[in-house]
Amino acid sequence: MTTDERIIVTATINGEERQWLSSSRDSLLEALRERLGLTGAKEGCNNGNCGACSVLMDGRLVNSCLVMAAECNGAEITTVEGLAQGDQLHPLQTAFLEEAALQCGICTPGFLISSKALLDWKPDPSEEEIRFWLAGNLCRCTGYDKIIRAVEKAAEEMRS
Amino acid sequence: MQAVKYARATSVDEAVQMLRDGGDVARVLAGGTDLIVLARERRRNIDLFVDVKHIPDLTGITYATGQGLTVGAATPLYQVYNHPDVKAHYPALVEASHVIGGTAIQGRASLGGNLANSSPAADGIPAMIALGGIAHTAGPNGARDIPITEFCTGPGRNVLEQGEFIVTLSFPDPAPRSGSAWERFIPRNEMDIAVANAGVYLALDGDTVTEARVAIGAVAPTPLLVPAAAEALIGKPLTDETIEAAAAAAKDAATPISDMRGSEQQRKHLVAVLVKRMLNQAAARARGDE
Repeated sequence: MTTDERIIVTATINGEERQWLSSSRDSLLEALRERLGLTGAKEGCNNGNCGACSVLMDGRLVNSCLVMAAECNGAEITTVEGLAQGDQLHPLQTAFLEEAALQCGICTPGFLISSKALLDWKPDPSEEEIRFWLAGNLCRCTGYDKIIRAVEKAAEEMRS
Repeated sequence: MQAVKYARATSVDEAVQMLRDGGDVARVLAGGTDLIVLARERRRNIDLFVDVKHIPDLTGITYATGQGLTVGAATPLYQVYNHPDVKAHYPALVEASHVIGGTAIQGRASLGGNLANSSPAADGIPAMIALGGIAHTAGPNGARDIPITEFCTGPGRNVLEQGEFIVTLSFPDPAPRSGSAWERFIPRNEMDIAVANAGVYLALDGDTVTEARVAIGAVAPTPLLVPAAAEALIGKPLTDETIEAAAAAAKDAATPISDMRGSEQQRKHLVAVLVKRMLNQAAARARGDE
C-alpha cells in the first residue's frame, strides 16, 4: 500500500511566488482551495466536464481538477482572485454584474477565467466562437445567453 | 484520490527506467485528462505518475516537405490544431483535435493520450489512421514503430507492453493532389462522445483515385481501417457510384453496439453518411476547391 509523499511546490500564483507543502495526491484545485486558501476555483464535477475549476496554467486554460499540484513546480497560475486589480474589477467581472450573467454563482469563476483566456487569444470573437470556447463551462441557471452578452460587452469595452 | 506519487522524467531513457522501477502500478502522465479521473475514481490501481511532458521528444511538432509530420505524443491538442503546417496539410487532424473535450481539456489532452486510452469512440484515432500514422514507442524491450491501424486491440486495450509508451506520432507527407477530412455525429453542438465518426484521406490523378484510406470509429470494439472502402475507390474515377460503394463497404465493416448514444442500426446508417460526406470533402480539398 502506497502512502502519500509530502512535497514542496513552488509556483507563481496570481503574480506572486508561493511555496507550499502539498500531498503528492493533491490536485491543483485541492492545493489552491485547501493549502493556499484560494477558494475562487470551485469543485463541480471533479472529472473535467463542468469547468467550475478553470484556471490558467502558463497562460493556457485548464481544469485545475485534472492537474496534479506536483506538476505545477515552476508554473504560472492565474485564478479568478487574480483578475481584479485591487478594488478595480476586471472588465469581464463588471460586465457579468451589469448583464446579470450569474445567478447562483458557482460556475462564475470558471466562466470568468475561461472568457479571459478567450479574449487574450481573440479580442473580438464572434458569438459562435464564444459559445464554442465556453462549451466546457456548464451553467445550470442562466441559460447562457446573458453570459454570452456579458463576454461580448467586456470584449467591446476592452477593445476601446 | 488514491495515494499516488509523482515523478518528472526529463528524458525517454529516464522515463523507461522510472516505469520499469515502478512496475505495473506506474503510469505515464501526459495531459492527465483521462488518467487522473481513472486514478481518482479508483478504476485503476496506480501508485506512481511518471510525468513525460518535460521530455523534449514528447512535446512539439515538426513538419518538412517530403518528410511529413511528427507530433510529440504529449503535445497538447491546441498546439496541434493551431499549427500552420498541420492546418495546411492535415485538415483531418485539425478537425478531430478541435472537438476532443472543451477548450480546457484541449489545453492538456494529447493525441498520444487519445491513442493510448484506446477508446472505441476516440475522435483522434480514425483521423490518425486515415492519415497513415505510425506510433513510435519506447519501453523496456526497446523502441517500436507501430502502425496506428494495428494499435488498438479492444475497448481501452492496445498493443503497448508494460512500461512501454508512445514517444512520437508520425504521418507521411500527403500527395500533391490529396485531401483529408474527419467528422463525427453527436446530438449536441459540442462536448460529447461520438455516436459515430469517420476520417478519410484520398489522392487523385485527374479524376482517378490513386490512394485512399477510410477509417471509422464508435462502430466497433476499436477504431477501424476499412480496406474494402479503399478498394472500392483506388484506380477508379471518383463518382457518386464509387463513393456510394465505399460508404457501403464502411457500413458492412461496422459492428456497433446499441447503447444510450445510438442503436446499432442508427450507427451503421450514420457511418455510411459520414464516409460519403468526408470523401466528398476530402475530394474538394484534393482538387483545391476549398
